[in-house]
Order: sequence, then C-alpha cells, then structure tokens
Amino acid sequence: MSQPEPIRAVPVRHPWRWVAVGFLAVLTAMFVHMLVTNENFHWRFMFRHMFTPAVLRGLQGTILVTVLAMIFGIGLGVLVAIARLSPNPVLRGVSWAYTWFFRAVPRIVLLAVFGNLNILWPNLSLGVPFDTYIGKIFGVTDLHMRLFTVETRSLLTGFIAGTISLALSEAAYMAEIVRAGMQSVDPGQEEAATALGMSRGQALRRVVLPQAMRVIIPPTGNETIAMLKDTSLLIYVPVTTELFYQLSAIGSRFFLPFPMYVAACLWYLAIVSVLLVGQYYLERHFARGHRTEQARIRLSGIAGEQGGAV
Amino acid sequence: MTDVDPTGPMVRTVGVHKSFGRLEVLRGIDMVVERGQVCVVLGPSGSGKSTFLRCLNHLEKIDAGEIWIDGRLVGYRRKGDKLYELHDKVIAEQRRDIGMVFQRFNLFPHMTALQNVMEAPLRVKGESKADVRERAGALLARVGLADKATSYPNQLSGGQQQRVAIARALAMRPKLMLFDEPTSALDPELVGEVLDAMKDLAREGMTMVVVTHEIGFAREVGDLLVFMDGGVVVESGNPREVIANPKHERTKSFLAKVL
Ligand SMILES: Nc1ncnc2c1ncn2[C@@H]1O[C@H](COP(=O)(O)OP(=O)(O)OP(=O)(O)O)[C@@H](O)[C@H]1O
Ligand SMILES: [Mg+2]
Repeated sequence: MSQPEPIRAVPVRHPWRWVAVGFLAVLTAMFVHMLVTNENFHWRFMFRHMFTPAVLRGLQGTILVTVLAMIFGIGLGVLVAIARLSPNPVLRGVSWAYTWFFRAVPRIVLLAVFGNLNILWPNLSLGVPFDTYIGKIFGVTDLHMRLFTVETRSLLTGFIAGTISLALSEAAYMAEIVRAGMQSVDPGQEEAATALGMSRGQALRRVVLPQAMRVIIPPTGNETIAMLKDTSLLIYVPVTTELFYQLSAIGSRFFLPFPMYVAACLWYLAIVSVLLVGQYYLERHFARGHRTEQARIRLSGIAGEQGGAV
Repeated sequence: MTDVDPTGPMVRTVGVHKSFGRLEVLRGIDMVVERGQVCVVLGPSGSGKSTFLRCLNHLEKIDAGEIWIDGRLVGYRRKGDKLYELHDKVIAEQRRDIGMVFQRFNLFPHMTALQNVMEAPLRVKGESKADVRERAGALLARVGLADKATSYPNQLSGGQQQRVAIARALAMRPKLMLFDEPTSALDPELVGEVLDAMKDLAREGMTMVVVTHEIGFAREVGDLLVFMDGGVVVESGNPREVIANPKHERTKSFLAKVL
C-alpha cells in the first residue's frame, strides 16, 4: 500500500482573535501603568509588611484551621452522608436534622456562638444527668455524680472553638456533596459487592466511595477554597492568629489600610494556586478506570498496534 | 426440625411471593434444582425472572414462601413455628456461597481485572494475598483472559468483561451460580465466548440457575427448563422436551418468538 499524500490545506483564519488579543493588551498596559504610577498602592510599604513574623504566624493559623476544619468536616460529612442513605430511619432522621441546622446558620453566627459557649456553661462536666434533682427526690441535697469537670474556657480555646464550628458547618455541606457523589454511582455496583458477600460498610468503602470520589473532589476543592477564605471570619470567635486580621491590623496601625488589603489578595491568590495544583493530582488519581483523554490516547495506541479501531 | 439438610437439593423454593407496592411480581414460585444441575429460566420481559434470582440470594426480601439453598433457609431462621429474620452479617455469609453474574457485568471500574477477582476473597474471607492472587490468576486463565489481568474494565470488550465477572464470582468458591441474562448486553459475535465459559462451568458440575434467551444453551447443557410468565411457573421439565413439545399455549408462543 502506498503512503497517501499528506494534506496541505490553508488553515482557517481567525482575524477576530487577533483583534481581541490587541484589545486585551491595551487594557493590560493601562492597568499596569496605573499600578506603577498610582502612589497610593505604597508597594514598598506593602512588601515590607506582608512578611512580618506576625503575618506569617497568622498565615500559619489560617492554613492550620483550614486543614483541620476540612479534615474533620470531610470525615464527619462522609459519616453524615452514609447515615443519610442508610436503611435505618433513625440515622436518616438525625443526619437530615444535622444538615438542616448547620446549613441554616451562617458561619459568622456559628463562630460567635461557639466562641462564647463559656457564657452558657462556665464548666463542662461528665456525669449522671439531673443528679441533683434525683438526689432531692431521695431526700439527699447536693448529690453530685460527676466524673470530672473542666472549665469551658480552658478546654474551648478560641482556636479550638473556631476550628470546631467551621468543621461542623463544613460537614453539613460535605455531606450533601458526598451524598450526591454516592448517588451518582451505578446502584449495580453496590449490588455486585453485596452479592459477593460484602457488608454495607465494605461495599461503601471499597466500591462506592472510591467511584464517588470523581464526583466528590471538584466541589470539595471549591469547599477548601471557600474554607480558606472563611478563616477570615475567625475574628468573631475571636481568634487573631489569622492572616487577614494580622494584615489589616498593620494597615490600621500605619493608617495605610489599602496596601495591606492588596497584600491579602496576593496571599490568598498564592495559597489557592497551591491548592489547585493539589486538586489536579487528586482528580487525576481518582479518574483511574475512567475514559479520560489520556486513557483514550493510550487505548488508540494499543488498538493501532493490534490493527483495530477503538 | 433443623435448617440444614446436606443431601437434599441445592435450591428448593416453596410458594415464593414478592410484591413491589401493589404490583405482585412473583405469585408462588415452586422450584427444585438438584446439586450439579443447570436450570434455565425462560420468560417474557417483566415476568419476574430477575426478581426471582435476586430473591435467591436475598437481594430482595420475599413476602411469603420459603427459599432453601444448600439445605439452609435463606434470610431467616426457624425456631418452633416462628421465623426470625437473620442479622445482615449472617445473610452476607449466606451470599458468599452464591455467585451472581449480571446482565450489565457490574465490574468495579476502578480496579483491574485481577483486582476485581481478588477483592471479595481478600476483604470478605480474609484469605492470604498470595493464595488469592494465584487463584485469581488461574481463574482469569480459565476464562481465557490471562493476558488481561492488569487491564481496567473499560479497556475490555463486553465479552471479556463478562468473563472477568464470572471469574470474580467463582473466586469465592460458590456452591451455586446465578446468571441474569449474561449475554443480553453483548454484541452477537461476543455471545459465544461467554456461553462457552458457562458451558465449561456446567460440565465441571457447578449448580447453575441461568436466566437467558439462548435456547441453544438450554438445549445443550440445561437439565431443567422453567418457563415463567406473570409471576408463576407456567411449565417446566427437560429442556429438550419442553422446547420440542411445549404443552402450554404461552410457552408455545414465547418459544416461537425466540427460536
Ligand atoms: N425494585 C423494584 N421496584 C418496583 N418494581 C420493580 C422493581 N424491580 C422490578 N420491578 C417490576 O417487577 C416486574 C418484574 O421485573 P423483573 O426485572 O423481575 O422482570 P424480568 O422477567 O427480569 O424482565 P426482563 O426480561 O425485562 O429482565 C417488572 O414489572 C418490574 O417493573
Ligand atoms: Mg431481568
């Protein structure tokens, strides 16, 4: 068989693309000009203050709260989602109520509430409920059946209170995401696992959830980004080792708030960019066994070797 | 009376009823499949064949009647004249002995062919990885797929996927295999390879209940043919005889359509 003549055609021209590029170039030039010439940006001031030890500690706090709140939020969210899809009506009810409550209350309110729980209960103790009342019935005044008691303020520091409230709120959103992911998996999968003798837990862990991940991860990336930004609400607990609070504190101290707001933008942009890289690799990992672009190319290569088509 | 009767038939069902809401899908199914027999279930769409198979391994709860597999009551325990539902864990144990092959394969797409076959013996029975790997490799070789061990299901043809699914079910060393239209989702040229794997299995003495429209398969390896329609068994008997001389009008018209 002779090699066919390669195609030599004039490609389609796209003149409007060049017009758009030119237009955007002009806009960019104007923007950069403004950045450089407008002195109110105080670039030098900004760069000097956006890496101070206090800011870096704030950054650490922001990242730590984001990571912890997401880990607990995802873990609890998976449990709530599994309960929601359980055959057990009690579990279904509890999980519905949980999601209802924590989606209804704004995070900023939740943070304020958790930050001030010590007003409600100055001490936390574990023991028999209604012990003093039961004591009275039997004629004993002052019956205390407590295992231990701690001061709420020492147990629930601002940092922990903030992390817990963000995690609880996150779990409600994650539960809905995980539930959607689990429901996107063909029911035949759980059925096949069940028919092999797996328990519901095994079927979920080994078969359903790994496949649901493909649907779960992209919105979870969004949730992580949203969480990172919501850590700026921690001041309502109040927690001050947090990025935005530290940056704006510097701005207020020097009466130059605007440059520090710009610094905050840059910091958040930088962290989110790092997160996006992580998300890319996670998505790639869980696309295993699905016809991604890569798999198709590899397959057509194989088929080519075997002289067939895909 | 005890629940176990190891000399009796592999499958015995008595008056099995099943409804979905108002729709009565099974209306008293009696069936006996002896050990080593191949039972072919025929019937028009919607006659309850899949539902019946799913009742056999308790994927569906029955409303009335009894199902005995290998001398054990499926899903319940009898004490005196009272029935007690079995715990999920015990039901899962019963299912280990019953392999099931689905119309749409239902392979786990995130695992390779070998991992699909190894999964249940590893996780459910907790067998050692080396043993399971060896057995899984041998099973894949047996269905002619030794060279596809590391392929993911989406890299396999339908016929290859269904053969992996058969190997996956066999990996649990079942006493009974259930097949729900295992070749209906396949391109015609791929049907043969799956039927061949099933015929091998039948010749080796596996007890099988097979829902299929493959009359040739029924004639060749079937020991018993059951024709279902409207949730009841209309006619049953030796496949060659029933196919040659159907007694019932409904059997006749159905066979006329699929032959
Ligand atoms: N989970 C369910 N809920 C409600 N109705 C159901 C359910 N499963 C099956 N049915 C109904 O029960 C009837 C019998 O279904 P079944 O799948 O057992 O038929 P079949 O004989 O296997 O048919 P086919 O040859 O099309 O597979 C159908 O009318 C179907 O709609
Ligand atoms: Mg069916």
